[in-house]
Amino acid sequence: MKNIWAICKKEVKTYFTSPIAYVLITVFLVLVGFFFYSLVWWFNNYSFQAARDPAYLQQLNINQMVFSPLFHNISIILLLTIPLLTMRLFAEEKKRQTDELLYTSPISVGQIIIGKYAASLFVLLVMLLLTGILSIFTFAYGNPEFVPILNGYLGLFLMGAAFIAVGIFFSSLTENQVVAAMLTFGALLLFWILNWAAGSASGMWQDVLNYLSFFQHFDDLTRGILDTTDIVYYASFSFFGLFLTHSVIQSRRWR
Amino acid sequence: MIEVENLLKKYGELVAIKGLSFNVEKGKIWGLLGPNAAGKTTTMRILTGYLPATDGRASVAGFDVFKEANALKKTIGYLPETLPLYPEMTVYSFLDFVAEIKQTPPSRRREAVEKVIETSGLKEVRGRLIKNISRGFKQRVGIAQSLINDPQVLILDEPTIGLDPAQIIEIRKLIKSLKGERTILLSTHILAEMTQTCDGAVIINEGNLMASGSLAELTLELRKYLRKTTSSPSSGAKERTSGMSSPGSSWTRNWD
Repeated sequence: MKNIWAICKKEVKTYFTSPIAYVLITVFLVLVGFFFYSLVWWFNNYSFQAARDPAYLQQLNINQMVFSPLFHNISIILLLTIPLLTMRLFAEEKKRQTDELLYTSPISVGQIIIGKYAASLFVLLVMLLLTGILSIFTFAYGNPEFVPILNGYLGLFLMGAAFIAVGIFFSSLTENQVVAAMLTFGALLLFWILNWAAGSASGMWQDVLNYLSFFQHFDDLTRGILDTTDIVYYASFSFFGLFLTHSVIQSRRWR
Repeated sequence: MIEVENLLKKYGELVAIKGLSFNVEKGKIWGLLGPNAAGKTTTMRILTGYLPATDGRASVAGFDVFKEANALKKTIGYLPETLPLYPEMTVYSFLDFVAEIKQTPPSRRREAVEKVIETSGLKEVRGRLIKNISRGFKQRVGIAQSLINDPQVLILDEPTIGLDPAQIIEIRKLIKSLKGERTILLSTHILAEMTQTCDGAVIINEGNLMASGSLAELTLELRKYLRKTTSSPSSGAKERTSGMSSPGSSWTRNWD
């Protein structure tokens, strides 16, 4: 545990003593803020119409009209941001040959991976918590339901965690950070839209493709529903990514 | 302290080390001498538990390199050929991080870091970012990180490479001052380096063991060899002195 903490602390420090964390977090927040502003503006317009025409009033729901699309947008921004967050984790160590220090220290490969994973999770958490400020405004001026918003955030965090595991895996494959980022982005996008292929498949394959697709699991959480199958899906995705990373690093040393 | 027996390492088809055997006694500085691509770095990487060997046995400080890797890593210090430094960290925070992953207890960490800063002469740069300090200081930080767990065995891969003559002399002095109870194995391709800092040497070429022993033994053996191959003793002596003072590889090849 102490070893994991040591690695995690060092990685967090690296993120925050270099511009990486600040740039990623700032751009992320600017984009999320813009989406939020547009959605609220649109919701506002809709409310004015509803004041004139009671038929609209039925559909007026801030959770569904602001938060649901907002979570959708955040997830897309994460899809683009997380490869940039994780690309350096192992690729940079290999390029600078600092991995030799880590692997000749009394600390296991598993501990190194989990330490780095935890550090990225921390940055993700900071990003998501800062967007939470936006929802405070909606509570001040409206009355959204709290639980669906919390579920949505939890879902975003779990999904981000799965993205990070994939990113770490690709970072362990190469010593080139751009290559790691591009492969991560490609893989994530492919998993995102895997359910498109389900349309042309049949029987069991259809279910499998649907199950594997990020999009299928994500739909629930934008509506604020967090199912155990979704939690299991994201957790197993993370586990599998980290497990593959472990295998890659171990096998490379034995070659 | 370091025992190597029939060590073999293959990278796919390429055989990097071909059955290396040697022993290094406790409290001595030994050089691992050989031209480039002789297998020095590979040998050291195996001894530090970074790379597994294809075959053979090795133990360092009484721990089997393959079976007791974790215990081994706690008791040795290692300076890789490429300095494993994080440029964005300060000298102090880097050494503190290394102390942490080498599992120095938290209560003694500060003391351990202060001690290596003192012995490695890093006082004036302790608060500076590693990317902003000179090459000579970087080398010192590299040595300092290898000393942080007060290791019984120190393995230094080309500790003076890329330094100017004045810095080389300083680093040599530093290495000599570290001796005491410690066993040190350092690799080099410069003969002069070995004769000035080491008590003994292992000479390898293309993965084969050429000779090993204390400096006195090696000199004696060399004399015998030269007496056998050259008819006039005066020319033999001349060849010996010129060989001893010129750096490396040509001299090593005489052992074929």
